[in-house]
Amino acid sequence: MARALTLVRRRLLGSIPVLLLVVALTFLLLESASGDAADAYLLSIGGGDAAFAETLRQAYGLDQSVWARLWLYVQALARLDLGWSVAFNRPVSDLVLERLPNTLLLMGTATALSFALGSFLGILAGSRPGSLRDRLLSAGSLTLYAVPGFWLGLVLVIVFSVWLRWLPTSGLETIASGKHGLARAADIGRHLVLPVGALGVIYTALFLRVMRSGMAEIWERDFILFARSRGIPRRRILLSHVARNALLPLVTVLGLQSAAMLGGSVVIESVFAIPGFGRLAHEAVSGRDAPLLMGVILVSAVMVIAVNLLIDVVYAALDPRIGGREAGP
Amino acid sequence: MPLHLTRRLLLQSTAATLALAAMGAKTAAAAGGGRLIVAADSEPKNLNPAIVASNGVFFIASKVIEPLAEASFTGKDGLEPRLATDWEGSADGLSATFRLREGVTWHDGKPFTSADVAFSALNLWKPLQNLGRIVFANLADVETPDAATAIFRFSKPTPFQMIRNALPVVTSVVPKHLFEGTDIAANPANNRLVGTGPFKFAEYRPGEYYRLERNAGYWSEDQPALNEIVYRVLPDRAGAATALEAEEIHLAAFSAVPLADLDRISKVPGLQVVTKGYEALTYQLIVEINHRRKELADVRVRRAIAHAIDRDFVVRTIFLGHAQAATGPVPQNATEFYTPDVPAYAFDVAKANALLDEAGYPRDANGTRFTLKLLAAPYFSETRQFGDYLRQALAKIGIDAGLASNDSAAHQKAVYTDHAFDLAVAPPVFRGDPAISTTILVQSGLPAGVPFSNQGGYANAELDGVIAKAAETVDEKARIALYNEFQRLVAEDLPLINVAEWGFTTVTRDTVANVGSNPRWAVSNWADLAVTE
Repeated sequence: MARALTLVRRRLLGSIPVLLLVVALTFLLLESASGDAADAYLLSIGGGDAAFAETLRQAYGLDQSVWARLWLYVQALARLDLGWSVAFNRPVSDLVLERLPNTLLLMGTATALSFALGSFLGILAGSRPGSLRDRLLSAGSLTLYAVPGFWLGLVLVIVFSVWLRWLPTSGLETIASGKHGLARAADIGRHLVLPVGALGVIYTALFLRVMRSGMAEIWERDFILFARSRGIPRRRILLSHVARNALLPLVTVLGLQSAAMLGGSVVIESVFAIPGFGRLAHEAVSGRDAPLLMGVILVSAVMVIAVNLLIDVVYAALDPRIGGREAGP
Repeated sequence: MPLHLTRRLLLQSTAATLALAAMGAKTAAAAGGGRLIVAADSEPKNLNPAIVASNGVFFIASKVIEPLAEASFTGKDGLEPRLATDWEGSADGLSATFRLREGVTWHDGKPFTSADVAFSALNLWKPLQNLGRIVFANLADVETPDAATAIFRFSKPTPFQMIRNALPVVTSVVPKHLFEGTDIAANPANNRLVGTGPFKFAEYRPGEYYRLERNAGYWSEDQPALNEIVYRVLPDRAGAATALEAEEIHLAAFSAVPLADLDRISKVPGLQVVTKGYEALTYQLIVEINHRRKELADVRVRRAIAHAIDRDFVVRTIFLGHAQAATGPVPQNATEFYTPDVPAYAFDVAKANALLDEAGYPRDANGTRFTLKLLAAPYFSETRQFGDYLRQALAKIGIDAGLASNDSAAHQKAVYTDHAFDLAVAPPVFRGDPAISTTILVQSGLPAGVPFSNQGGYANAELDGVIAKAAETVDEKARIALYNEFQRLVAEDLPLINVAEWGFTTVTRDTVANVGSNPRWAVSNWADLAVTE
């Protein structure tokens, strides 16, 4: 336990420079894009005269230099103030708190389901590498992994919403339904089926691949040969030795995917009209809204760091060989 | 001719009476209410139409906050009274008098008076509103001799024709009692709207929906027909079409269903495509020209480009027939101003090539005369597609156009601030009068950074003179004659090239009645819209 705590402390301290770098790079990257928040806004309202544009730039603080604005932002950040979104005319923290739960719900459900299903199918495929079952599952997973998420989302909508009318096309819940409690939860669940399906299927394929290839490798190891020679039943070798050891790389992939899923949710949230974090990032970029984009990226970075930290702790617990040196005295 | 009452005639008339009765019953049912769900593709950060006069804002806000008058297919001067019942401009152009509707109350119960109009005009329309700043530039004062009269005083002669044409767009009236003495830009009533319209603003869930409720005390009796309008936020282009097909929404306006899907969706039982209702919201497809390039400063080169564009092909292939070829800077459905009597540029590649030879730009060994940088506005798929087409059309006359693509904000800056283009494709809007947002496209002397304006460095003293004269000509006939001259000069000298004009389409369930009932239908108050289910 002490080992894990040391690890957590070291990682948290180490993440501060990473976050500062993220802030500076994001700010400069958005700054280097042509056009500013005033351009984006003028366009959305169909134009305005020069004095009007100037007033907007002053109101947005765009008349100040890049460095002055970056410095102001970092100062505010030190007070844990995420700033003001010019595109929404609201505090960034309000927007983040409003959108983040939707994305976490979407991503969390998709990750949990795809991890469970992917590792289960991976065990099925990896139990006898090279068998017909393995080859079918492997080919199927490769195909699914190659499918673009937005396309799969649209196809699911056409089949299940337009043709079969089983599920809603989009949104997170029925609008202005007045539902409460369990009825509302069931309603949200129905709305989540397609986006979670579209997001999850692809990751299921990935987890399946990693699990299967890990197992195929472990079957060749000497300790498995030894276990067999001791006459341990195949089923026990499969679950306690092969699958358990193959689970380690899968946990690593889980950590990596939590970051990738934030990216994947940008597309899925747009297709399914879910007001989430990914869509917010997209709106921030097209509105040239630096404080909002940085708020989104910072919070995402913190989440990715936290998930990876958690993964490391889990990893250290799963495998005593890992983390010893870093967490040493 | 004597009327013989036959059995057939009796049956026919009975059937007709029954049908009428049935229709009456249906309409009565509609007056009972219902919820209309429509697709919305954007969530304006400032929803106050007195400050932001844009279609995105009006789409929602026009049901809550009303202008002095609305566009009409049948009314005098194309207008129908709303908060004003009568209007008149003085012969010297220095004043305009509005008689206001009496007995109107705001949604919070306070009475609507001329003080609200005066406050909105002087504190919002003139200083803050994107279009009001132009239309009311010379507004000096608004007098309110009584609660139902507002007299606008101008410092310079201002054509009442322009004010009248702009009424539906620039005169949304907001309640003085909520805005007076506050920081108007930061007032919460900019988003939680309070108006006099047929619907009250009820609820906004960011990223999900807006909900408007019936205003039981609306001044027009028996209106609105609906109980509720819900705007469902669907940002994805494919979202509106699938939601319509799955019967989750009733209606998608502003071409939210892409043109390419229209043919298929019009065959879906229960859905129909309506093209009426956008006559006063005409978008123009134009090629903006940077006259700082020496090749493009030569009118022969500009004419060659105009001859190289096959407008019929553009209308047929890019707009799938939902547009018409343009002849000049004023669209054909602006009948008050439009003249067909201007130089025309028929599609003629040979003539275009001859003009370029004559201008002294021969083809090199690769068949290229010169190269240009082409930017297509990314706001509509049609503007992007036309960019691709224009590149090919120019290649046929030996002009190698490099097509660069930007997102909206970057395009805006490249064209209107940095002038980093040679040719650009733009979709400006004609707003009922050339003085509002059309002459600015060719007028000289505008500072950099003004979007949808002449940023191509074009300067023509004669054209500037006509524009300036029309801006202060009060006599309507004389003013129209000046704008006819304006159209002729633009078509002759081609400071820009007008290619096509288009309105939008609405896809609706056939249970929705009165879709497209006025020329600004999508951005009007929808008091007559009904759902019969």
